[in-house]
This record gives sequence, structure tokens and C-alpha cells, in this order.
Amino acid sequence: MSDVYLNEKFIGTIKNPFNFINEIKEERRKGKLAKELNVLYDENSDEVYLDFSKGRARRPLILVRDGKSLVTEEIKKELKDGKIKWSGLVERGIIEYLDASEEENSLVALNEDELTKDHTHLEVGKIVILGLTTAHVPFANFGQSPRLNRGSKTQKQALGLYSANFLVRMDTDSNILHYPQTPIVRTFMHDLTNYDQHPAGQNIIIALMSYEGYNMQDSIIINKGSVERGFARSTFFRPYVSEELRYSGGLVDEICIPDKDIKGYKSEENYKLLEEDGITYPEAEIAGEEVIIGKTSPPRFLGELEEFSIAANVRRESSSMIKHGEIGKVDAVMITENEEGNKLVQVRIRDQRIPEIGDKFASRHGQKGVIGSIVPETDMPFTSSGVIPDLIFSPHSLPSRMTVGHLLEILSGKIGSLAGRFIDGTAFDAEDEGDLRKELLSLGFREDGTEKLYNGVTGEEYKVNIFIGNMYYMKLKHMVANKLHARASGRIQLLTRQPIEGRSKGGGLRLGEMEKDCFVAHGASLLLKERFDSDKTLLYLCEECGMLAIVDKYRNRKFCPKCGSNVEITPIELSYAFKLLLDELKAMCIYPQLKLKSRYR
Amino acid sequence: MIESYKGKIPDLLIEEFEKISKEDNLTKIQKEAVLKALEKRYDSYKVNPGEAVGIVTAESFGEPGTQMTLKVFHFAGVSELNVTVGLPRLIEIFDARKEASTPSMEIYLKKPYNKDIKKAKKLAALIKEVKLRELSNEFLINIIKGHIEISLNKRNMRDLGIKDDLMINSLKNKFKKTIVRKSAGGNIIIKPEGETILKDIYKLKEKVKETFIRGVEGITQVLPIKQNNEFVILTMGSNLKEVIKLDLVDETRTISNNIFEVASVFGIEAARESVVYEAKKVIEDQGLDVDVRHILFIADLMCSSGVVKGVTRSGVTSEKESVLARASFETPLKHLVNAALSGEEDFLNSVVENVILNQPVPLGTGLPGLVATMKKNVK
Repeated sequence: MSDVYLNEKFIGTIKNPFNFINEIKEERRKGKLAKELNVLYDENSDEVYLDFSKGRARRPLILVRDGKSLVTEEIKKELKDGKIKWSGLVERGIIEYLDASEEENSLVALNEDELTKDHTHLEVGKIVILGLTTAHVPFANFGQSPRLNRGSKTQKQALGLYSANFLVRMDTDSNILHYPQTPIVRTFMHDLTNYDQHPAGQNIIIALMSYEGYNMQDSIIINKGSVERGFARSTFFRPYVSEELRYSGGLVDEICIPDKDIKGYKSEENYKLLEEDGITYPEAEIAGEEVIIGKTSPPRFLGELEEFSIAANVRRESSSMIKHGEIGKVDAVMITENEEGNKLVQVRIRDQRIPEIGDKFASRHGQKGVIGSIVPETDMPFTSSGVIPDLIFSPHSLPSRMTVGHLLEILSGKIGSLAGRFIDGTAFDAEDEGDLRKELLSLGFREDGTEKLYNGVTGEEYKVNIFIGNMYYMKLKHMVANKLHARASGRIQLLTRQPIEGRSKGGGLRLGEMEKDCFVAHGASLLLKERFDSDKTLLYLCEECGMLAIVDKYRNRKFCPKCGSNVEITPIELSYAFKLLLDELKAMCIYPQLKLKSRYR
Repeated sequence: MIESYKGKIPDLLIEEFEKISKEDNLTKIQKEAVLKALEKRYDSYKVNPGEAVGIVTAESFGEPGTQMTLKVFHFAGVSELNVTVGLPRLIEIFDARKEASTPSMEIYLKKPYNKDIKKAKKLAALIKEVKLRELSNEFLINIIKGHIEISLNKRNMRDLGIKDDLMINSLKNKFKKTIVRKSAGGNIIIKPEGETILKDIYKLKEKVKETFIRGVEGITQVLPIKQNNEFVILTMGSNLKEVIKLDLVDETRTISNNIFEVASVFGIEAARESVVYEAKKVIEDQGLDVDVRHILFIADLMCSSGVVKGVTRSGVTSEKESVLARASFETPLKHLVNAALSGEEDFLNSVVENVILNQPVPLGTGLPGLVATMKKNVK
């Protein structure tokens, strides 16, 4: 007797579990039981589980009877003629959905020709071994698996048309590609996911060659002409939000141009973009440290301070400033109310991003790289028919990575653009390479995809034929404009007097321990000292006791708190961090004594 | 003429030069020119004053070290000897661990033996430690009679050429308070003297299993291999002191990979050589290239005090003069407090201290000072 559970609840026992589950499956296939029902017989615990609860991941499989797929030639013909669709196959019990538990009782074949009598199901296609994004990689079965992983990872970072209503949305940090295209070389998954509706790349001409060494180590060279025609141009959007909050005691925030006498008033220059309502106008040019939404807040701790300070009831400044280092234009201003009925202001900033040196690009095969040089169109190599590549890719990126799909995509992309058709590059099911080559030959090109190219500067013919073709390229979200970072002087930490950290705060870049070692190894001793001068301080030392003395600048008096003013007090230059170390030593009852001697003796 | 170059060029180079000049019948002028060029060349290889040799050495090991973690060389069951290699071994050498994680030896043989694989194999078998466990099938405790019965593995015994007399003798030597005899069935019976409880017999059984019968103690595996036209025995486990006592072993070349063992048997100079040899072996095994002078430098540093000291806070680093330099390495509190207790003074002569104080480090451009006579009154 085996126990039977329905949706994890015990409902009874059954004598012959095998017959029972087979009967259930048959009834379900006939349509007498719900298609959502899945059944599992666990032989170890002798229990039958029936389940039609929601939230289970299920996947479709073709049924197999006596070692033969139920998708027969007749059905294939019907499918071709459009007489039957997917839903019809499910209805007829040819395809069924299994959940993880029912799979335990099944034997699934990946290929039709490996079917045996024991098999119960057949996969719908070989592509199901790949995930959603990996299935978007054309000719994926020609590549190495780690490269496929990287290829699907880079596709997720590609800029494109993520949503058609982006103009009315206020997504944090979004990017829109200006002229997105649907790929010429596509997979079956592009149709399934409506890729045409939200493409994320462009079909470009790519040549596999080196050019003055500017595409070393995975960097790429792009054509300035292409950039000017709009290749890989994108817009970056960032919304800023401000809300009129209500506080206890009837006090509220106010969105306005802050008065000059409020606490924390910046400077008139910072507020110049604000209109009378305290909000910037659309299309306002933002060049740096400007306020976009002016706001004042009521003073903190009202009442307590009123007795002691006359300035206590002055309102505070709490405007929204543009993020450090960002520029752009005000794209849209939205004024509304939120759920609590507070006034809510959202201002969206837009910034056009034209490809520049350092922007990251990738093909769909895990071949990513940054722009090393943007070459004027006149200097780019060209073919005998006058075609100029948009991008020059280094051939050294290929042998060690073995991304054959990359090459096949270039080849088939060339055919696709010449013949004016899409090429199917679905993994395991792609168009045959031999046929593609023949087609290219019939189109009047060399079948291996190479062409004679001419040096764009000298006009000389290159001695070798160069592989050139079309390929789908993606601009990735990592752009130098978001990463560029330099600082001459700026804010410092209160405790250590060293520069603060972080790009967004305008901090410094740390010259760490290993970098220091590098300076030392080169013997650049004085340069190293200069680097570490960021926290240098002038201290006065009592030579009597070797501790820090006090300098009273008002009375122009130097003295040691221990030895008095009748001692030798000498100025010394040290890092402030070391002064802190001395202080900490003193706090642990260690007496650090500094003894001075002349440097020249 | 050559005499005048002695001291300027190493003797070894001069010797070689003399040999070559004789072969080629160089004239006096030619000799002079070659020597001059030689001196110039030799000088160009010398380290400049103010060169940061320490840090360059550290970086020369550090950089390939990072690569070693990435591509650990796997033998994947090919080698019978599984010796620690790569970064773990390098750390072991430079830290001067007392116990190597996989001690091993390279035993060189005296002349006729090193050419004949059969003889080398025979000797290897003699060196290999044999324990009673390997020569027996079963250890039975007879509760009623209160003894242990060892059924012998005749095949293994025949293979190793061990007679049961030897086993009985070694058992008798090791366990003085027992009666060891041969049973009628050819088994060995060992019985403790006097009254005993079962627990003691059980403990005895475990000890009996590990009885050392023949070979050199500690050497668990042997592997004779051909190396440069002669047969060498590689071992797992090491016992340098006992192995070099054996007649057929070439004690001038036999070494252990345990640096401390080498130091105690052959002395500190040998230990220094051993550090160099072992470190070089690791680096060459990994297909990396580190100049031997870096290794020599570390080996000198580790052995200069007369005992082997590791590059750790208790070893080489503890010898640093500067308190701040020691404190900046590891356990700063300990060093600062101890320095305060004894009133140590830091003269700021080295690199780290000066970086902490933000003063120029006395290296490279920071080394030369201004030499001038100052008037005494001017301050």
C-alpha cells in the first residue's frame, strides 16, 4: 500500500502505484484531468505525490511511445502547413509539461536518434540545454562554454531600447541606444523573445586586422565616420527626486529658490538654473555643481535651541544637487503628488554619450574590448568596392579563445547583408557553413569571406587578404564618462587629514602599499615623499622632552606644556598620520620621544 | 698582467679566461683588451649603490607567486610520489617550517650501483621502512588465552626477503615484557607477561602493528629513477642521518628536502645551499624564471645568523633594527609595548620607518646627501 498525497496533503492509499500513476498520466494526456497536474512516485519512501499547485517551474517535452517520438512526419507536415500549432500539440497530448518531481520518473532523450525503448520523453530541441540569454548567441555550438557564459553576460550589459515608453518613465540610471537594429544573424530565441521590439545593438562591418597597434590586447578601433553617422550613440538618463515632507508641529519642506539667509546657503551661482518655482526648466544646460531642485527644510530640534540661539529658527537648505562630475541637460520635469499627498518633484537629466576612447563594446561571443582609437574615415582601410569597416578587431583575440562562432557570424552576416535576408544561427540548428560559403561565392565574393583591402593612409594594397564582414555589435553600459576620475586638490578626511575616498565625492586615488613598493624599487625616493605629502603638517617640537609643543599664534608665543617656554622649540615636517600614531601611543601610556639631529652632520 | 685584474674580476672568471686564452693563443694585446672588456662587463652587472635589492627580490618572488596560485601544476596521479609543489612549497621553504609537509630525499648511490637498475632497486627495497603490518594478514586477539596471534603474509615476506626470525627478534627487542613465539601453524604469537586486561592487549595490538622490522625508519616510499645517466632513489619521508650511514649511499650528494634536517646533519652552509636548491626547484618546476641572485639573497638572509630563520615575524623580521619597521609587519602592539618597556630607539635608517614619517627613504634618489662644511653658528 502506498500513500498518496495531493498538493502535499495526505489523501489516501493505493495498491498498485505504477498502474495508478500511469493511469493518471494517460487521463491527463487525454484531457480528462487538468494539464497542470503532475505526478511522482517515490520508490524509496513508497509514496505517490500529485501536484497542481502554482509556482512550480515546468518545461515542455515531447512524448515518446515505444522508443518513437510522437511528433511524426505527418505532424511535422501539419506544423509546416500551419494546420496545427503549439497549443494543439499540447492539447493532443503530444507535448506535455513536466515539473521537477515528475522528471524523476522520466527518462528524457536530447536527440531523436538516441531514443530507446526506455525513454519516456524527448527534448523539444537541443537548444534547451542553453539558458535564455545564452540561446541568443548565434552559432553557440561552435564556441567554448566559458565564452558562451561571458557572451550571455555581456548581452545583459548591452545598451538598447529597454522599454518603448522610456520617455515617460523615471528609471534610475537608464541608457537608450540611438539607432538600435535587429541582428541579421539571429537565433530562434530572437523571435521567441520579440527581440525586434527591444534590440540592443547594431549590425556593423568589421575587419579582422591590426591597425597601427591601437587594437592590441582586446581593444578595438572604430571609424570616426561611423560615429558621426550615429554608430553606438546613446543617451543616459538619471532622475533626481525631491519631496516636500511634513514634520511634526505643522512644519513642511518648501520647494523654492532658497533665501540667502538660510543655513547652508551655497552661492548664487549654484542656484542660477532655478526658476521661480524652485525647479530647473527643461533643456537647461547643466555643467557642474548646480542645484536642480531648490528646497528648504524647517530647523531641526525646534524649541530646544530657541532659547540659546537667535539663529535657531532659520530654515535649512536641503536642495538636490547634480551628482559630482556629471553634466547634461534637463530632459523632463514632473510635478505630482505622492501617496501621502506630499508634493513630489522629479527632474530627469539627459546626457548624450558619443562613443569615445575607453568605451566598452562586445560581440555576442564573449569578445569584449574597449575603444583604443577613433580613426578618421579617410584613414581607414577600404575594400576594392569602397566598403570601409566600422570597426577593426584584433585577430589575436581569436586563437586562444577559440570563439569560432564569432568568425561564422562575420561570414554569415556578410551574406545576410548582401542577400538581404536574415541568417539563422540557432545553436545546434544553424545554417550549414558549406552552404553559406557557396552562397557567398555566388554573390561574387571570395567564399572564405576575405577581401583585398587598401591602406587608407597610403592607398597601398595590403599584402594579405583580410577577413571582413558584418556582425552584430553591442555597446556596453561601462562608459568612461561614468568612470573618469582625477583630482588635484579637494576634500580631506577630518581624522587623518588624508584625501577622502571615492569618485562620487571627488576623492583621491590611493597610492597603496604595493604601489609604494614600486616607487621604492625604482629608487624614486623623493617622488614617493611628494606623493605622500597629502597629509604633511608642520609641527613644533620641544627638544627638551621630545614631545609636541604649543604655538600660540595670537600672542606669538611658543611653549612646551611640560618644560615651559624656556626651551628649544623646533618646527618639524611630518605626515599627520604619524602625529596620530604618536597620540595613540601616548594614549596607551607609551612615551614616544622624538630626538632631532641635524641632517647635515 | 692578469694579476692586476685579481680582485676586480672573480677568480672563476680569470681561471676560465686563462684556459681560453691558452687554447686560442691570444697575444698580449688581445689579452689586455679582453680583460678590459671583461672588467667593464662585470662591473655593469654589479648592483648600483642605493638599489632597493630587498624590495626587488620581494617583488621578483611576489609577482610569479600570484601566477602560481592560478596555475597549480597537477600531476594527476601520474607520479607515485606526491610532493608539495608550487606556492605552498615556496611558502614552506621561506617560512622555514620545522616539519616539511611532504619530506622527501634524493639518495645518490656509489658507483657500480648507480648504473644498474636491478641493484638500485634492491638497495631501494632495503632502505624502505618495513613494518609488521605489511607482512601480516591479520592480527587476532585470543581472549581466552590472552594473546595476540599474527597470521603472516608469506607472499609479501618472500617478496621482501624477510624471514620470520627477524620479525620475532625485532618484536622481542621492542616489547621486552612479552613472550614472543612461533605457533604450530606458522603464526607468531605474542603474549604479555603476567595478568593483563583486554584493553591493554588491544593497545598492544595497535603497537605491534607498527613494529619496525627493516629498512630506514621514516622512509615510507622509495622510487628509483634515472636521472642524468644514473639511478637515483627518490623517497617519501626522510631520515638523512641514517641514510648517509649506509655503505652504498653516496653521502656527498644525498640530500633531504627538509632544511632543518640538512642544517642539523651537514651544518648551516649546507642548509643555505638547500634553501637555494629547493626554492630554485619550485620555481623551475612551474616554468617560471627568477634570477638566482634573488634566491641567494633570501637564503643568505635566512641563514646568516647561524641557524635557519624563516621570513616570518619570529624569524628574519624580528631581527630588524627599527621598532616601527617591525611593528608595521605583524603584531604591532607587541612590538610597540616591548620597545617602550626597554626604551628602544629608532634611528630611521631604513625604508618603512621613513615612509611612516613621510621622510625621503634612504634609497635611490633619497640616498645621496649634501656634503658641505657648515658654519657652527648658523642654524
